[in-house]
Amino acid sequence: MNRIGNFIRSLFLWELLVGMSLTGRNLFAPKITVRYPEERTPQSPRFRGLHALRRYANGEERCIACKLCEAVCPALAITIESEQREDGTRRTTRYEIDMFKCIYCGFCEDSCPVDSIVETRIFEYHFENRPEQILGKQQLLAIGDKYEAMIAQDKALDAPYR
Amino acid sequence: MSDEVRIEVDGVSLPARKGQMVIEVTDEAGIYVPRFCYHKKLTVAANCRMCLVEVERAPKALPACATPVADGMKVFTRSERAVAAQKAVMEFLLINHPLDCPICDQGGECELQDLALGFGGDVSQYTERKRIVQDENLGPLISTDMTRCIHCTRCVRFGTEIAGIRELGATGRGENMEIGTYVGETLVSELAGNVIDLCPVGALTARPSRYTARPWELMAQEAVSPHDPVGSNLYVHTRGGKAMRVVPRENEAVNETWIADRDRFSYRGAYAESRLPRPMVRDAAGQWRETDWEAALQQAVAGLQALEPSRLGMLASPASTLEELYLFRRLAEGLGCTNLDHRLAQGDFRDQAQAPVMPGLGMAPAAVEQLGAVLVIGSDLRGEVPLLHLRLRKAVQAGAVVSAINARDYDYRFPLATDLRSADPAASLAAVAQAVGEISGKPVPRPLQAAVQGVSVEQAHIAIARSLLDAGSALVLLGNQIQHRRDGALVRALADFVATATGAVCGRLEVGGNSAGAWLAGVLPHRAPGGQAQTPAGLDARRMLTQPQDGYVLLNVEPELDSTLGAEALEPLAQAFVVCLTPFVSERMRQYADVLLPIGTFLETSGTYVGLAGQWQSQAGAARPLGEARPGWKVLRVLGNLLSLPGFDWSASDAVATELRQRLGAVGPVEPAAPQVLERDPPEGGLQRLASLPLYAVDSLVRRAAPLQATVQAQEARAAWVGPAEAERLGVTAGGRIELRTEHGRAELPVHVHASLAAGCIALAGGIPETADLGAWDRPVQVRVLAAEAPDLAETVE
Repeated sequence: MNRIGNFIRSLFLWELLVGMSLTGRNLFAPKITVRYPEERTPQSPRFRGLHALRRYANGEERCIACKLCEAVCPALAITIESEQREDGTRRTTRYEIDMFKCIYCGFCEDSCPVDSIVETRIFEYHFENRPEQILGKQQLLAIGDKYEAMIAQDKALDAPYR
Repeated sequence: MSDEVRIEVDGVSLPARKGQMVIEVTDEAGIYVPRFCYHKKLTVAANCRMCLVEVERAPKALPACATPVADGMKVFTRSERAVAAQKAVMEFLLINHPLDCPICDQGGECELQDLALGFGGDVSQYTERKRIVQDENLGPLISTDMTRCIHCTRCVRFGTEIAGIRELGATGRGENMEIGTYVGETLVSELAGNVIDLCPVGALTARPSRYTARPWELMAQEAVSPHDPVGSNLYVHTRGGKAMRVVPRENEAVNETWIADRDRFSYRGAYAESRLPRPMVRDAAGQWRETDWEAALQQAVAGLQALEPSRLGMLASPASTLEELYLFRRLAEGLGCTNLDHRLAQGDFRDQAQAPVMPGLGMAPAAVEQLGAVLVIGSDLRGEVPLLHLRLRKAVQAGAVVSAINARDYDYRFPLATDLRSADPAASLAAVAQAVGEISGKPVPRPLQAAVQGVSVEQAHIAIARSLLDAGSALVLLGNQIQHRRDGALVRALADFVATATGAVCGRLEVGGNSAGAWLAGVLPHRAPGGQAQTPAGLDARRMLTQPQDGYVLLNVEPELDSTLGAEALEPLAQAFVVCLTPFVSERMRQYADVLLPIGTFLETSGTYVGLAGQWQSQAGAARPLGEARPGWKVLRVLGNLLSLPGFDWSASDAVATELRQRLGAVGPVEPAAPQVLERDPPEGGLQRLASLPLYAVDSLVRRAAPLQATVQAQEARAAWVGPAEAERLGVTAGGRIELRTEHGRAELPVHVHASLAAGCIALAGGIPETADLGAWDRPVQVRVLAAEAPDLAETVE
């Protein structure tokens, strides 16, 4: 009896039909593939991407050269040199991040007492030549200036959890 | 012993001596009690209350720093009551302390920060306003953030107890208490930098290194100060091979826990603009160009080989390391040159054969504190050997009788029993010698008879003689100014007699941190390493520069500043072939030199310094030499190789020192030559110049340390000092300007009036560019007044 059933199922390619029906169902089902770059996956406000140095609303750079980010960085990607600026405040003369060394752990952001160094949600960037991956102070400040609205919004969203 | 007691701390029985405080016992046993105001070198103030501990049967917690031990006392440092008391104190301390650790230079090495971690609360109960305190301007060396002050008063106690200068004080009480200067002036102590180390918080920090580095980035490297013969032990803190700051290294026998500001901030000179980063040679057209080591050394060697060795002069700085000096000596031996010297600052060489093997104190610096009597002759102790001045101050506090024979009042921070003011120390000392001879019955030796002839012995001379004779142990100390003087040999001979007749030790201070090393290494025209006489003797430093030679080798020497000849020293150099081994280049050096070989400063070289008591102190080299500069001993070694001299194959500086040690070991005790007849020079006509190397002009590195040059002391050195009588005669007041002329050149300087200066004298520093053109320090000076008064009040300005 069982042998007859098996014979009929193989004669009419029943298993193929079962398999094809799954293919057929998915052929018409809604797709979950994200068509990057036209489409984007959702991002958390805590996403850790490209670094930026922020300024206060009055245009003054936030960084006070406390060097905590340099000390905490597990990849030793941050290099800071500091001095007393003419107005007597403590400022960096050099703030560099080697983006090839960086492992995007976010410790620098966590350690910063003045919310100066942040990791933005930007993750699409590339470097074409060797020394370009070392971002200097002016570049980082420029990134901060450009994305300040986004950074401020992300910080505000994350504030209740800190 | 009867005064020994036992106390129990945290259940452990510890031995203690009566009169000790609990904190001393726990420190010895390694039991940590938190503290801010307590410091082992300062008196107990017990005002921070951080060291509260529980003592059995005491109703309240007691401060460990002010609680004397008693037999059978039971102390609990970590009990619930003790910790509760410590936490409460910490909470009060933090009420007014700002939370600006991220921008505070003390952050990372702050005692308050460390203790707040252990004893601080998590959340502040305090919601009221924090106080803010106006900052003080303490000068170019110390920066202040007085809001951070926790009123431990360590800095105040340092000033009054150690430095002997009441410059800082506390005003107000409780929350209104503020630390400040009494009269709104900057700190002018030569030891002021020590308050930076003493301050447990970030209220007093180093200004030159402000905001440049964090404690956790710095590597502490051991070093020895080359600026004075005390040889203070230092830690050079480096980052990436660059010296970022200098702090003291504790050594009870040498510098205790202190260092002078000169040792602390001289490192800034190593990064001055005038630093020579690459070898330079003068080409055939007379133009300077940078080149590589190979070419520069070849040019130096070719030039030296073309010279007659007897027509070559070799001069070394007494701040060089022992290894450099010994290699310099070996180089001279290899070349066959006997014109070799380091005594650029010496004025009189007549007695060089009678000199001891090396200058020094003749005793350990710490032994100075136990002396009964001291006679200081011609020494600005605070400028020459600041830390020895501290020892002398302690001796005075312990009852020593200190007298001085000085041309002016050098403002020692202790009272002098007899203060003999004399522009002619030979005459005064001759009177003391005469008095000593009369009282002790030991006749003045024949060679000195002529000098003591006809001196009038006064009460002061007798008092000095008596103090030396009555003391159980005494010291006659000759300062740098005796070394500079043209009649120095006479003063030294008289001092030797006074010391011998009174049973005292005769100590000699010389310019440079390693002049003793230079004597030992034989950087001298008349002696081999170890002190054996060498005949025939070559030319000494002064004659080398007054009798032109065909060539010169200069090791870290700036003749116009280091030599007592001033800019006159440059005249013979202009026509000669000059090789300079130097860390720095100056405009004048470019004029006379032919090859410039960059060497490292003391921060960048390994080496040994021989101190006041003859102790050898070595360092490994802290920082990386700037640019292509190399440690001096390596350059000298390679020069020796290129000159094909035998035995120049050392691979480490220790081996050089070892060889010298062996050579010294082979030398037996050296008998100094018999004294010669010395007479007193008649006083010269015209205005007599009193010259010395001021505090911040002792060597090429210090002269380039910008923070030190910005101090009040350095500015005051760039002035002409006259007494009130002389000022009146000239018709000039303090702040006026005068033109000075000698047969050699001229200078223009502001006038300062010092009450202690006699008429007929003018105190003009050497070692500074302003006075270099006046030539030899012993030239009489003619004065013309340019402005009689300070500029803002000037009525007649030519």
